Amino acid sequence: MRYTFLLYTDPADLADMTPDDWAAEKQVYGAYIGSLKEAGVFVDTDWLQPVDTATTLTLKGGSRQVQDGPFAETKEMLGGYFVISVPDLDAALAWAEKCPAAKTGKVEIRASAMG
Amino acid sequence: MPRSQDWQGGNPCIGDGLNLSDVTRAAELAARASYGKLLAILAAHSRDIALAEDALGDAFAKALALWPERGIPDNPDAWLLQVAKNGMSDRQRQLNRFPVVEAFPDMADETVPDKDFPDQRLALLMVCAHPAIAADLHTPLMLQTVLGIEAKVIARLFMVSPAALAKRLVRAKRKIRDAGIPFEIPDGNELPARSAPIFEAVYAIHTLDWLEPGDGMGDEALYLADLLIRLLTDQPEALGLAALIAFGHARRNARIANKCLVPVEKQNTDLWDKDMLAYANRQLHRAHRLDQPGRFQLEAAIQAVHMARQESGRVDWASLDKLYYALLKIAPSLGGLVAHSVVISHVHGVDAGLAALAKVESLPDRPFQPYWAARADFLARAGRADDAKAAYEKAISLTTEPPVIRFLQMRQAMI
Repeated sequence: MRYTFLLYTDPADLADMTPDDWAAEKQVYGAYIGSLKEAGVFVDTDWLQPVDTATTLTLKGGSRQVQDGPFAETKEMLGGYFVISVPDLDAALAWAEKCPAAKTGKVEIRASAMG
Repeated sequence: MPRSQDWQGGNPCIGDGLNLSDVTRAAELAARASYGKLLAILAAHSRDIALAEDALGDAFAKALALWPERGIPDNPDAWLLQVAKNGMSDRQRQLNRFPVVEAFPDMADETVPDKDFPDQRLALLMVCAHPAIAADLHTPLMLQTVLGIEAKVIARLFMVSPAALAKRLVRAKRKIRDAGIPFEIPDGNELPARSAPIFEAVYAIHTLDWLEPGDGMGDEALYLADLLIRLLTDQPEALGLAALIAFGHARRNARIANKCLVPVEKQNTDLWDKDMLAYANRQLHRAHRLDQPGRFQLEAAIQAVHMARQESGRVDWASLDKLYYALLKIAPSLGGLVAHSVVISHVHGVDAGLAALAKVESLPDRPFQPYWAARADFLARAGRADDAKAAYEKAISLTTEPPVIRFLQMRQAMI
């Protein structure tokens, strides 16, 4: 079964980063991705640009509305995601616990509705 | 960083009987011992760890620039302390802050021998593991302040965002300063309770090392545990912790074979580090003589029984049974219950093992990987092939360490 981890972190944590800082950040996530791949459960991941670059669009209400910014302002923002393939929620929780974002932010775990 | 291998002054705090013939490692330990000691003195007098770190970092940088030309001073630590102290006073004047640096030991006289330095590292460890500091920061703070390890490196070891960890460490140090957390060693009555989080934090470093012996964390855990038995004399649990970590570290080369976990009772004993094993047994004997059993001593005793196989050629399961019984009375834990059930399965058979595991089933906790791994093993030994395969499947799905996944897959395939 496919599960998506939505990673919510405080954007202030990643403010004023030097290229070296980013390299260190990527190394930590790279190790996690390595474990997922070695275990054969990795499907996909991405790291998103900061939330202040978000653009939100809706056609709801009949007209095309484009908004500069996220659809909701929260302290912890969606910063990336993982998709993994594991048998059940217990296994998904075991992997979410190891996700770097869980230690400093929050990881929302959602099962795929497509099975 | 002060962990530069170019610097070879100071007084290495090398463990009792630990063989550290490697010159580079010895130099690093010497620099580290000085760093931790000096930082502890500077921080204890200013209560400002960040300020002390900056000043000491600058002092080490000056030493690297000046000493090759002028020669190493007779007392390098005194020189570094004086330079750092001056740097802190300057910085505080710049910040227009009331100087709180006072009552420094007089280090102007460079003839003061190293041994006269007051070792404030225990007070610094008490601050790092103070109840007012978030528990998950205790270990990173210790690694950074006492061992001088960079936040980035610590973050990689803990698999946590380096940027987020660095910010949390800065905030923690600010809190230590602004909230006035005292750099003090609690008196006798309070000492055991206040030492417990320090032991936990050191133990956490050791557990990180468990499956990745290459990252050097076993050395760091051992260094701190060895330091603790010097700073906290006659504390049986400190000795137990040092023994426990050393027993584990002695098996670092035997634990993984072909990228696959090897359980302790199947390890090739030729790969065990005999000097480390002897060190561990020595600390455990010292602890026993103090006659106050505790969790770490019992866990170390369990390891000692496993490792006595090197001499006897067999696992003394009956002794392990007694030790787990005692451990679970003092420090009940899910992991302990599962490990005990494995021992019971070897002493009284797999049905008894399964019965012991049933106690874990009734506990309201998340699915517990060791429970499923143990259950799968018992079912396989009982000849219940289908049930065993399903249990292994569940155990594998709950495992996130590749060497353990491979081990479980191998056992599953053997059914």
